Order: sequence, then structure tokens, then C-alpha cells
Amino acid sequence: MSDSLRYTPLHALHLELGARMVPFAGYDMPVQYPLGVLKEHLHTRAQAGLFDVSHMGQILLRGAQAAQALERLVPVDIIDLPQGLQRYALFTNERGGILDDLMVARLAEDELLLVVNAACKQQDLDYLREQLQAHCEVLPLFEERALLALQGPAAVEALARLAPEVAQMTFMQVRPVALLDAHCIFSRSGYTGEDGFEISVPAPAAEALARHLLSQPEVQPIGLGARDSLRLEAGLCLYGHDMDSATTPVQASLSWAISKARRSDGARAGGFPGAEVLFAQQRDGVARKRVGLLVQARSPVREGAEVVDATGQTVGQVTSGGFGPSLEAPMAMAYIDNEHTALGTELFALVRGKSIPVRVSKMPFVAPRYQRN
Amino acid sequence: MSELRFTEDHEWLRAEADGSVTVGITAYAQQALGDVVYVQLPELQHYDRGDEAATVESVKAASGVYMPLTGEVLEVNQQLADQPELVNEQPLGQGWFFRFRPSDPAALAALLDEDAYARLLAATA
Repeated sequence: MSDSLRYTPLHALHLELGARMVPFAGYDMPVQYPLGVLKEHLHTRAQAGLFDVSHMGQILLRGAQAAQALERLVPVDIIDLPQGLQRYALFTNERGGILDDLMVARLAEDELLLVVNAACKQQDLDYLREQLQAHCEVLPLFEERALLALQGPAAVEALARLAPEVAQMTFMQVRPVALLDAHCIFSRSGYTGEDGFEISVPAPAAEALARHLLSQPEVQPIGLGARDSLRLEAGLCLYGHDMDSATTPVQASLSWAISKARRSDGARAGGFPGAEVLFAQQRDGVARKRVGLLVQARSPVREGAEVVDATGQTVGQVTSGGFGPSLEAPMAMAYIDNEHTALGTELFALVRGKSIPVRVSKMPFVAPRYQRN
Repeated sequence: MSELRFTEDHEWLRAEADGSVTVGITAYAQQALGDVVYVQLPELQHYDRGDEAATVESVKAASGVYMPLTGEVLEVNQQLADQPELVNEQPLGQGWFFRFRPSDPAALAALLDEDAYARLLAATA
């Protein structure tokens, strides 16, 4: 297990900043810096946090048929995705299960930039090559590009000092920006529930950009620990935990991600793997689905905890859970039998043999502050 | 102030004048755990050495606190219910976990002393 953990282009900087490093998806990654998870989380919500997410996979699709071809793999409207915008998407399998979730950005008429999960990126690349190579170029940027995220209410101010044009962008907009002589691609998006940006930067320019951002008074480096508590408060799924290849978008409460045009009554209905399964589930309902749980005690309820009703009958399982520093309470996501998913339903999570009261709650747990237009 | 003893699980123990022993986790342990958000304290009952008597929940994970010696728990630190951060801020002081009466008072002397614990930490680093 010791051999060959991979490094992002910011690895030396993480060590210099005093990060505690852990293996994550094959990479040696910072889980926290000296500030600590709790303060890093709160700093991101109060000001701005810089995250190294270079372990994620960036893949460029190029060619006149790229959008049409990608549409056959995702239940999302890619053909009508305007240049300069991105959408959340899911690769589905024939059973409607989720192979990965990703962001798709339209850089140009014939260019799409995909950002996929670190743990899935090689599998995604193989899949895209197999499915798309006859229709467009599939270009992995795994080594060429790093990915930084600057998140929090002060992110725009800190970034606009370097690139004033980013202040005009709104949520989910994408644009190329020359920054410190490097060709960067900005998107106004993230994984924290805050306003912020993700910045695709050529690997050799990544460290200089990161240092420049860290020199801004609002910015602190933030590790994977706070990234997880931030995304959980924001109600955002983590692939491999809150969804996987045996879970459909309908069960994962991600039906909103299925574009209107691709639904059973849409202009380009179906035409992606598992469409019939998803349509049937949307029509007939599902037995179990993902919901939020607010924990009515101080004890955190973590992944794997069994959820029972008042009679002790098992009704579901927690897939992500922890303490929310901004919520100032523990929270969780769980898959729960449909008849127990009404908001406000009182259930119990079993933690070390004790029944911890939980209540089915809406998500996000903490109100998002995306910069919508 | 009486001298401290330590376990390889990074707990400290202090013999009190009344024969009871106070237990907490070391500065090294709280640093490794990160921000503590919840402590599940033991019941006032007998535990055998090695039993999981308490659980510390940090932002990241849950970790067991093991009974360092066989004995009867007499008191738990109720302050931790509302201020779990005391474990991080004052691990050797107000962040103590519980007080117990060891079945064999002499067993305390067999645990690590400060020098031995310092050597353990040096070997860990």
C-alpha cells in the first residue's frame, strides 16, 4: 500500500504549509492544515478558502459531434448547453445506476470540458474512449492541468484583484481567463454551497497561482476534511458514498439533474443508458430514496449507521454523516424506505448500540449562497 | 501535583489523594484527533482493562477511549457535554474524561512514566 501515491502539482506547497497528508483516491492529499477542520470550514463560509482539487479528472472532448455524442451517455441536455455555461451531469448504466457524476462545460461550439471524480477518472476515460472515439476527440488533461477551487463570500473579491472580469460571471458560467500569463478556465461553481470559482490551470503554473491566491488577505488553504463537511451542509452527494452504480438518480433524489429535454415527455426523450428504468421509477416511485437527517442530539451519526423507526424496525442506512460546524449540530444523508421520508418524520439512528433521535429534513442544511443572475 | 502515568493509547492517568485515578487523553492524542465535537462518556460502573469506556468524536472520525486499568468509574466530566472543545484546549486540565477507583491500586505504577511516554512519542514521530 506504500507504493506510488500520486502527487498533485501543489504537493510541495501543501507540505510547506504544514498540511496533514492522507491517501485519497490514489493521491497524497491534504486533509487539513494547521488551522484545523473546524476553523477551515468556518473560514470558508466567512471569507474564502483555497482547495487543491487537482486529483479530479479533467477531460476535453473536441469535435463537431462532441455534444451529440456525449448526450448518449448522460440524461442531460448537452446539445443545447450554451457556450460559456456548465451543467451537472451523471453517467448512467443500463440499470439506471450512476457510474459517476461530473460537470460538463461548453467551452466552444465543438469543445466540452468534463470534470470527473478522482476515483473514477481512469474508468471514465476508458468509457469515453470506447463510446465516443468514433465521434470526437477524447483528450485527458490529467497531467497537463491542475484544478483549484476558491470558495466563500470573499472569493470574488480576492479573484477580481487578479482578473477583474470574473466579477461579472454568474453561477455556472464558464470563461477562459489569462491569469499570470497562464491560460486558465474559470467556472463560477464549487462543492461548498458558497459562491466561488473553480480554476483549471496548466500544471506548471498552478503553484504560482495558488501562492498568489494565498497571499490575498481573505484566503486560507482548506483541506479535504472541511471540503467534506462543507459539501454535506450544502446537501451535495459524494460519489461512492451517497450514490454508486447500484443507485439511480431517482433514488438519489437527483431527478432535478435529468434535463427537461431528456425526460419521458421531453423533446429528445431518453436515448441514454437506463432511460426506461429511470422513467419507470419517476412514474411509479421508488422503494427507498436519499433524504437529509437532522440529528436531535450532540452525537454525530456517521456513514453505515442503521436507521430504525419507533418500533425498532430497520428503515434505512446513513451514507454520509458528521458534525456541521456552521449548522452547529450533527447531520446526515441516508437512504430511507419511502413511507418514512416525509419531512419531519422522527426516526432513530443506531450509534454504538444507542438510539439517537433524528428527523427527516430538507436539504441543503445550510442555505446556499450561489451567485445566480 | 502528583506525577502522571500514560498508556500506549495516549491516555494520561493521575492518582488523586483519595485513591481514585483521573483519566484523560494526551496533547498528542487531541492533536491527532483534530477538533473534538462530542464525547460519549462512560457509565458509572465497573469496566475491565481494555474495555471501550468512552468515545471521542472529532470532525473527522470516532475514536475509542479504553479503560486503562480495571476498576469502577466514579465520576465523569459533565462539562464535556456542552464544551467538548475542552479536550483540545486543555487536554491535561479541564478536558479530563472520568475518574475511577482501580481494583489494583499498585497497577498504576506499572504504566508508562513521563520519560517512557516521551520516548514512545519520539519513536512514533
